[in-house]
Amino acid sequence: MAASPPEVVIRLRGISNRFGRQVVHDGLDMEVHRGEIFGIVGGSGSGKSVLLRTILGLQVPRAGSVEIGGRDLTRVHGRELRQVKRGYGVTFQHGALFSSLTVAENVELPLREALRLPDEVLAGLADLKVRLVGLPPDAGAKYPAQLSGGMVKRAALARALALDPPLLFLDEPTSGLDPIAANAFDELLLYLQASLRLTVVMVTHDLDSIHRTCNRVGVIVDRTMITDTLAGIVDNPHPWIQEYFRGPRGHLAALAATRAPGGDR
Amino acid sequence: MFLSSRLVDGTRSLSITGAWRTAHAGELAVAVAGVEADGREAVLDAEALETLDLTGAFFLHRLEARLAAGGSAVRWRGARPETLAIAAQLIDAAAAEVAPSSRRRDEPLGALGRWTVGRGTQVHDALEFLGRIYFVLGAGLLRPRRLRGASVVRHVLETGIQAIPIVALIAFLISVIVAYIGAQELRQFGGEVFVVDLVTLSVLRELGVLLTAIIVAGRSGSAFAAEIGVMRLNDEIDALRAIGLNVVEVLVVPRILGLVIALPLLTVIADAMGLAGGAVLSWVVLDIPFNQFLVRMQEAIAPTTFWAGLLKAPVFAFVIAMIGTFRGIQVRDSSRELGRLTTVAVVESIFMVLFVDAVFAVVYWQLDF
Repeated sequence: MAASPPEVVIRLRGISNRFGRQVVHDGLDMEVHRGEIFGIVGGSGSGKSVLLRTILGLQVPRAGSVEIGGRDLTRVHGRELRQVKRGYGVTFQHGALFSSLTVAENVELPLREALRLPDEVLAGLADLKVRLVGLPPDAGAKYPAQLSGGMVKRAALARALALDPPLLFLDEPTSGLDPIAANAFDELLLYLQASLRLTVVMVTHDLDSIHRTCNRVGVIVDRTMITDTLAGIVDNPHPWIQEYFRGPRGHLAALAATRAPGGDR
Repeated sequence: MFLSSRLVDGTRSLSITGAWRTAHAGELAVAVAGVEADGREAVLDAEALETLDLTGAFFLHRLEARLAAGGSAVRWRGARPETLAIAAQLIDAAAAEVAPSSRRRDEPLGALGRWTVGRGTQVHDALEFLGRIYFVLGAGLLRPRRLRGASVVRHVLETGIQAIPIVALIAFLISVIVAYIGAQELRQFGGEVFVVDLVTLSVLRELGVLLTAIIVAGRSGSAFAAEIGVMRLNDEIDALRAIGLNVVEVLVVPRILGLVIALPLLTVIADAMGLAGGAVLSWVVLDIPFNQFLVRMQEAIAPTTFWAGLLKAPVFAFVIAMIGTFRGIQVRDSSRELGRLTTVAVVESIFMVLFVDAVFAVVYWQLDF
């Protein structure tokens, strides 16, 4: 790594979220650097999804600021907000593909809305994205209900990449996949991140996936976030983090990561 | 702006400039389409290219393909962009596969056949569904616990009690309208007092029950289809089946029983409000006082008039609830199906209500009821 300070793409400052009396985040800070894969980890109910929704601008925090590419999402509106939103792609936990459209139409939708292009070009671009995520050629004509879980995740990724965003958010991209499919998804993510120079933020529970892909990890504990490199976070004395990474599942994942070729990133 | 072309010593020199990004896809498409291959060797130069994303690479690949198709050899001065290599690999792999099979043409006879089979399946499914309902109802006679009283009460509340305001209002207004038109016509013959007969008979025999049924079909028929449809999309129906519960028993029969109880009660309210509407109009417009309206009403109706209307209500209720739940269970896979089948449920149940009403009219006529 170069010695120069990394460029910060996303910066969260003092985020607080509250639902009724339940405080989810209290003064949470987070930074994501350009070109890295950043993992968000936390127990069930610790507010991972709320945090992701806050970063996406779907949820307005009680306090604090969310900057993406230097623009504060809590302050911009209208055109400018739309521009920020075109700069990122999102996949949701269950895919959230539009069930009444085929996969190809799902991928075309953002293009169709953002740009004026002839149908033939749209079809070509959609096909390119469908192939990019490793879906078989006939997948484009299928409806989401006809796809397997792994294919839904890939199709969602294709839609997220439709506008070639430099920034990608993934909500539990490998949940519900068998280990082989999850592994393949990790490899795809690494390939895309390297070849398209993406910055990736992913919420995940999958320790194997964290060990394989993430450069840095942010753990939500006690309503704030502890951020460190993977090697650093594993040695963090916080009891929850110790249990998470050093528990029986954590050992297996660490073992797999050191054994996998080139796994120790 | 994105592409400039020069001729140098018999070769075409194409300089690629600017930002080849998704945001400029429209202009890129135009720029690439403007390039004509003429058989000369083409030299591409990406020295001045600012940024290139995958969409930009898609158009660069098109440019290469266009030139090659026109018989021009393509050469790069300097390096061929890396992103282009990725895109080219993906697109060429696609081209190497077999072209997608053209869709089979739908011949008229085949379409008719498929339509007929489709209809046949629908009728079969509907009859099977009806059979399951009867089965659960029959079993319920032996063991009333299986009819799920709490659930039935909830549906009486939602489809009946909560519908009282709208049903009452519409029944009142419609009978005011009927009485008003009647008054205008009958006044010409000096028979204003027959407005009472008109309102009483039409409200009690037809309008009360029919209006109520149509409102309930729109209100609750759609709700049944949508509720059960969403449960299907969420795999809740499969979950019920996996637990070993009978979907018809848990979801369908309580709704049918609830509506069969609620609709006659709503009809009584609609009848009362309809008569009230007629009485108010007669009093205001025709100066027929309230007690005279009641006397005239007693003379107009036969002992069976009220029952002739009310008897239809449970039948309508059964039809509406059955169609709504049946269409809900048919929802599959997509949100569009949910919308389509909810619409179908409302349209069909209103149609069936009117159809059954016509059947009742013929039967009553024959029985002189």
